[in-house]
Amino acid sequence: MMGSGEGNAQQARLYTSTDAMESLVLEDNPHSFLSTSDYRSAMSGGGSMVHEAHPLAASPEQPTGKFRDSFSKGFQNSGRSHSLRDTMIEPPSYADAIFSPYMGDDLNGSSPDLGIHSSPSFTSSPSSEFLSVRVSDPQKVPETGSSLVPGGSSYVTYKFSTHTNIPSYLGSEFCVKRRFRDVVTLADKLAESYRGYFIPPRPDKSVVDSQVMQKVEFIEQRRAALEKYLARLASHPVLRHSDELRIFLQAEGRLPLQPTPDIASRMLDGAVKLPLQLFGETSSMLSPQEAAQPARGRELLRMFKELKQSVTNDWSSGKPVVIEEDKEFLENKEKLTDLERQLSYASQQAETWVKGQQEVGEVMGNLGLTFIKLAKFETESTIVPCQRVFAADAKRTATAAVKASRFYRESNALSVKHLDELHEYLGLMQALHSAFLDRNNALITVQTLTTDVATLNKQIEKSVAASSKVFGGSKSQNRKTEELKESLKNTDEAYQLSHKQYDQIKDRNKAELKRFDEERNRDFMNMLQGLIQTQVGYSKKMANVWTKVAEEAAGSSNRTSEASSSGFSVLN
Amino acid sequence: MQDFRETEKIVIRRFSDFVWLYERLMECYKGAVIPSLPGKNAVEKFRFTAEFIEVRRKALDVFLKRVTAHPELRKSEDVKNFLQADEEIWAMEKTRSTESSVFKKKPSDFMQMLKDVQSRVSDAVMRKEKVVEETDPEYERMKHYVVELEEHLAEAQRHAMRLVKRQRESGKNLADFSKALKLLSQCESGALKQTLSDVADRAEELAAKQQKQGLDLLLTFEEPLKEYVGIVQNIKVAMADRAHAYREHQELLEAYSLKKLSLEKQRLLRPDKAGDMEADLQLSKEQCDEAQTRYQRIVDLMNQDMLRFQEGKTHDLGLVLQNFARAQAELAMCTADTWGTLLPVLGSSSMTREEDAYT
Repeated sequence: MMGSGEGNAQQARLYTSTDAMESLVLEDNPHSFLSTSDYRSAMSGGGSMVHEAHPLAASPEQPTGKFRDSFSKGFQNSGRSHSLRDTMIEPPSYADAIFSPYMGDDLNGSSPDLGIHSSPSFTSSPSSEFLSVRVSDPQKVPETGSSLVPGGSSYVTYKFSTHTNIPSYLGSEFCVKRRFRDVVTLADKLAESYRGYFIPPRPDKSVVDSQVMQKVEFIEQRRAALEKYLARLASHPVLRHSDELRIFLQAEGRLPLQPTPDIASRMLDGAVKLPLQLFGETSSMLSPQEAAQPARGRELLRMFKELKQSVTNDWSSGKPVVIEEDKEFLENKEKLTDLERQLSYASQQAETWVKGQQEVGEVMGNLGLTFIKLAKFETESTIVPCQRVFAADAKRTATAAVKASRFYRESNALSVKHLDELHEYLGLMQALHSAFLDRNNALITVQTLTTDVATLNKQIEKSVAASSKVFGGSKSQNRKTEELKESLKNTDEAYQLSHKQYDQIKDRNKAELKRFDEERNRDFMNMLQGLIQTQVGYSKKMANVWTKVAEEAAGSSNRTSEASSSGFSVLN
Repeated sequence: MQDFRETEKIVIRRFSDFVWLYERLMECYKGAVIPSLPGKNAVEKFRFTAEFIEVRRKALDVFLKRVTAHPELRKSEDVKNFLQADEEIWAMEKTRSTESSVFKKKPSDFMQMLKDVQSRVSDAVMRKEKVVEETDPEYERMKHYVVELEEHLAEAQRHAMRLVKRQRESGKNLADFSKALKLLSQCESGALKQTLSDVADRAEELAAKQQKQGLDLLLTFEEPLKEYVGIVQNIKVAMADRAHAYREHQELLEAYSLKKLSLEKQRLLRPDKAGDMEADLQLSKEQCDEAQTRYQRIVDLMNQDMLRFQEGKTHDLGLVLQNFARAQAELAMCTADTWGTLLPVLGSSSMTREEDAYT
């Protein structure tokens, strides 16, 4: 089964390292589980060898040396770290990654732990541009100015190391230190500027006390989550080119992005302005641009108007605007709701299944250890010779069981990584919701402004009519009409803008949806492929091990069956 | 089989009949390693699942096979009756031998039994635990061996039980996952839809096979281990019987020698009263000899059976382990094949590298 006779160099290398594994492990040594780490490092050695030889991408523009080096370096690190961490007894938790010799076509080389692409990676980039971000080196920094308070609060900074060839980034390798709050700012800014796009959701703010925040585990979890987030951003065809991201990744020192104040404070600000707005004496007329944006806290009045509009709209279905395109959108939305539900279910079941397999592997391992002990016992307390035969049988089976247990563990770790794709897309649904919300809000703004325009027009009519009643025209009335016309002009401009924005968001939605479908299709196919390959591969490995044991056992039992004329044995 | 009246006979027996036979054999063949009987399981009685019945049936089958293969046990009248007597006769025989066994003990034995209890109690109270035990080093070794063996086998059986449970659970989980994939496939379209559906189908097939294999594992791996734990426990019973018989004999021997001494004294002092005592002494000697015979029988049976046990264990458990390996190999191959049918559909250039890596 050595392929179609192509005799590829790296194939041979991988084969021999597998072979080495078989002979390396579990001789007459009952403490052979130590050699698990040997196996792992043997495999990692083989794996990275493969990757040095194997051309990572067909594209000739691929920066050769640097990228691959950092890539395979990442590999070796993970291999080593895992051979140290991993022991016989301790099973990896669900999302625990281990080194795998199998690599998907990930151009962005995200987290070093994952051998395959962890996020919907974008491979149809026009040129072979890449952007890879690593998050590392968490450091506790004491909060400045807290020296008055004994044991004052501190926060954690992370190092964001970027490696890219995108021209807008001046430079190809650089790093900055940022804290989580900066990431929140980045996320908020992106949400403001890129409405309508499927913006990957950022890691959650954790509502835990400061004690927990300090724990190594928590910090590590957060670091990993940040890395994943940055990877997703980096693989988004539009967002990767955003100023906000570039500034975040490149600007030294404090993050020069203005954090958006949260809703609460905005409400407070707006409340101050409300009385003025109610009495219509706002001297500061909103520029059309501002007016075109959905109302925020500062314009409470408009917010109320928009709210009223949305209530009238039955906004969850956006019915009043009955354009054919909208029907399509609604259909899609329903399909996506269904998809989300099924993704959630599938992700759950996948997790349960893999956990179950993990349990099987664990018990198998324990069973093996028990039989090793039994074999040792029989050998040490031999009273009659046939005990040695039994000891040999027990040992043989035990060795296989221990090997099988390891295969289960490895197979599961890989399967988990593949199946994580389901989870990834489930998380991405949040981005979809936001994008659709952007669309909805934009629509409401359009509708509000439409109503405003209509209202103003009516008011103008009335004003003109009132003026014409007075002989020679009314100066005050004419002034009013002029003011109204001015207001109408602005409002109309705002309306035009808002409509343009709404269209823009609709287009973005559509494009993103298409990209989403395509990528999901590709990623899920890859997921299934990877999963099945893993399952097949490890099942074959296990079958080989067990078959050998069965054959050896059959061979030796032919000898003993002649001897057992005691009649005690009745099993057939 | 020579001693049986007919060459082939079918009779109907219930579980309590087996229990009765088992207890009879335990009583009449002390020292022998009586085969293990499946548990009474008062709770499961109310949930007579098909599986429970099948497991029990198989265990009872093995029990009978072992009994009839045993050179001594097969001679038992009780066994013959069990296997051949018609229902009415069977009922009678059961009652008769039960009664006779109760009254088989002579009054003096009863007294002796009472005295045994008394002395043991008083010794315990007075913390004078007269440890009258055999000091044969080989036998000591064997005793320790048996005790440790039970622990090992029990641990193996526990893990076997967990493995069965987990494998079956895993099968169920896979079935659920299959359903989820099927539902997901309906949300997708094109090649992905088909692929998801295919994967779901294979998963369902595999899940069914896994579940089935779980039952096989139970019957061919866990149950035999359980049986052997039971057998080893019966070795311990035999060891206890042997210890008891040894103690009995030693005590009677001591009683006899005391009586002999007092008789000699009596002969010197009051020769006329000696007559009664002589008769008593004679009785004592008989009892002593009987006890020795009983003890010796136990020792002989035990030695014989220990040899049979070891050889049987090597053969039986060797086969169990071999079958276990074969079953695991089959399941693994089946898994690889079932999933493997999907590879051509999913295939890409990276696939061949994968397959080769795994051969």
